[in-house]
Amino acid sequence: MTPLAPERGARPEQVRDRLRRSHRTLTLGPVVLRLRPRLIIVSLITSTVLAALVALNLSLGQTALSPAQVWAHIIGTDYEHYFTVWRVRMPRVVVGLLAGAALAAAGAITQTIMRNPLASPDLLGVTHGASAGVVALLAFGGSYGILTGGPSASLGVPAVALIGGLAAGALCYTLSLRNGIDGYRLLLVGVGVSTILMNLTLWMLTLGEVTDTGRAMVWVAGSLTMRTWENAAPVALALAILLPLALASSRTLDALAHDDDVVRGLGVDLGRARTAMLFLAVLLAAFGTSAAGPILFVSLACPQIALRLAGASRPPVLLSALVGAALVCAADLLARTMLDNIQLPVGVVTGCLGALYLMYLLVRANRRTQA
Amino acid sequence: MYDTSGPPPVTATAAPIATAGATVAARRTRRLAGLLLLVLLLGAAALASVLIGARGLTPDIVWRALTDTAGAEADIIVRDIRLPRTALGVLAGISLGMAGALMQGHTRNPLGDPSILGVTFGAALAVVVGIAFFDLTAVHVQTWLAFAGAGVAVVVVYLIGSVPGRGPTPLTLALAGTAVSWLAYSLTSGLVLLDRSTMDDFRFWRVGSLIGRDPEILGPMLPVVIVGVVLGLANAGALNALALGEDTARALGHRVGRARVVGLTAITLLTGVTVAACGPIAFVGLIVPHLARGLVGADHRWLLPYSALMGAVLLLAADVLGRFLAPPGELQVGVVLALVGAPFFIHIVRRRRLLSL
Repeated sequence: MTPLAPERGARPEQVRDRLRRSHRTLTLGPVVLRLRPRLIIVSLITSTVLAALVALNLSLGQTALSPAQVWAHIIGTDYEHYFTVWRVRMPRVVVGLLAGAALAAAGAITQTIMRNPLASPDLLGVTHGASAGVVALLAFGGSYGILTGGPSASLGVPAVALIGGLAAGALCYTLSLRNGIDGYRLLLVGVGVSTILMNLTLWMLTLGEVTDTGRAMVWVAGSLTMRTWENAAPVALALAILLPLALASSRTLDALAHDDDVVRGLGVDLGRARTAMLFLAVLLAAFGTSAAGPILFVSLACPQIALRLAGASRPPVLLSALVGAALVCAADLLARTMLDNIQLPVGVVTGCLGALYLMYLLVRANRRTQA
Repeated sequence: MYDTSGPPPVTATAAPIATAGATVAARRTRRLAGLLLLVLLLGAAALASVLIGARGLTPDIVWRALTDTAGAEADIIVRDIRLPRTALGVLAGISLGMAGALMQGHTRNPLGDPSILGVTFGAALAVVVGIAFFDLTAVHVQTWLAFAGAGVAVVVVYLIGSVPGRGPTPLTLALAGTAVSWLAYSLTSGLVLLDRSTMDDFRFWRVGSLIGRDPEILGPMLPVVIVGVVLGLANAGALNALALGEDTARALGHRVGRARVVGLTAITLLTGVTVAACGPIAFVGLIVPHLARGLVGADHRWLLPYSALMGAVLLLAADVLGRFLAPPGELQVGVVLALVGAPFFIHIVRRRRLLSL
């Protein structure tokens, strides 16, 4: 299988040099911490970009506000544009940011345990399961159903997405369970299950009423319109619990990036470690998807972008999450403001932005290999 | 073409040295028999595809329809509908199966399906741009648009994925293909969502199907598929060597850059012409190589023909099955492949340990 790191073609002394630069240790008495200066610097830069994007997102729009006005709202000295800032823009930015972070972190974990740069939580069934659930609900529930119309729609749709995603994830896991879990089998079963679910979704889209399927199609592309604080709470809670867990298992992830035999040789209980990491990835992806729909390409591209920015040996989880948040914020800003009357679904723009940036990184890396 | 008379390609399963000769001979006989069996199966599937449908036909009606044209209803069904549909199924299945095996060999990735080279979504983007900006909705124009879009996408992928002067590595090829695919996909869905009427026209193109297409496409499609298959088979020796890594392949005397170009050209021709003729039919190119690898192992000299034939059998079988599943009408072959083929695939994956790449 293809190795994760873009090391191929590099000379040994280049690799050694890169390792030395990317990995220093800091010893404080009995505690040894790994310091990766480049990862820290890149993470700081990405956080700054993210903060700037959030500020822009809050101030730009149909009513343009100056950053000072926005700040006055946040610290509570001004209530003139309360509705615009607190009820419309803020929840939207926060949901986008959190969903992007959750999806990208899930992608980083999935790509590490599957040892495949083309893997994404889509292959764990999560996104397609959520899509199938929501499309079934919207296409057959009608516009005035208990869960699809009125105020409960903002809760009903995410709940169904979450249930659909988790159910599909559990299905994939159960189907690939046979004398323990084999990474390759999991991947192929994931391909099968997500194909079934995706085609069910497409088929349902051709069955329902036009207005309902229109809504469903927008959800399937990933959209941040009409997001409220209620959408942000579950994914925020999930991130607050799951992301620290993922970071704490950084050594397990490091080990899992190697061959099965190497992993066992390192003394890691392969089956248990892989199951635990899978569980994390499925939960993160399911909560991310339930908040904003399956925002396209975030979970696949962001880990690869983060990997190249940090020059690491596997996709770093935290940096991937930051890149994911930044990508969704930037995409939403463009989706809202690029065209005058129409709001594009954010998923369409993340696909373009993420793809272009990944292409740029690839071309740059290839030039460097040649030099 | 590629020089296959060089060093003998390495097979993945090494036999004990003492009995190696006998084992190799027995294995070759078994594989040839399997190939013959697949050809027979393909014949049976093609026959079923001509005979079975909303109006069942008997072999002698078909024979009469072919030999003398009286202009009867059965003649029209056979000549204008069933035969072109079957031929399209055979060509598309062969193309997708072989392109899938080539793609997985070149990217060394089990997720490598022909569409990740950007072919499918490049074609889709070209079709949508044609509908949205130039109002091109005629089927035969769309066919050529799709073919052109597929070609442009592959060239872009190759340029982005290549280290200048050295050609692409499996990793950069897969990533560049994915990035280009997603860019094309996003632009396509953006255009489709912005414009209702484009969405309406595109909906019909997007569903991969063997019917409702221009039967005239079969004429230009046949030579393209033949060239693609020949190039693909010529690529087999190099793929076997490349499976050991690029450096080893180079040391064995293979020209890696040229092998990649030959392989990618074959994939582009095969997938491009299929997407142009039938729209995007996913899944065949992805699963068939895995099933074939389970039968014959990793030797591409056997894997490629097996994948091609199995692709054709699978596609025809799914198409025939689709004629029964939704009684008054038909279920598109793509949907059948997903709903019937995918559970079958999962079952196979669970039952036996498929050879990993």
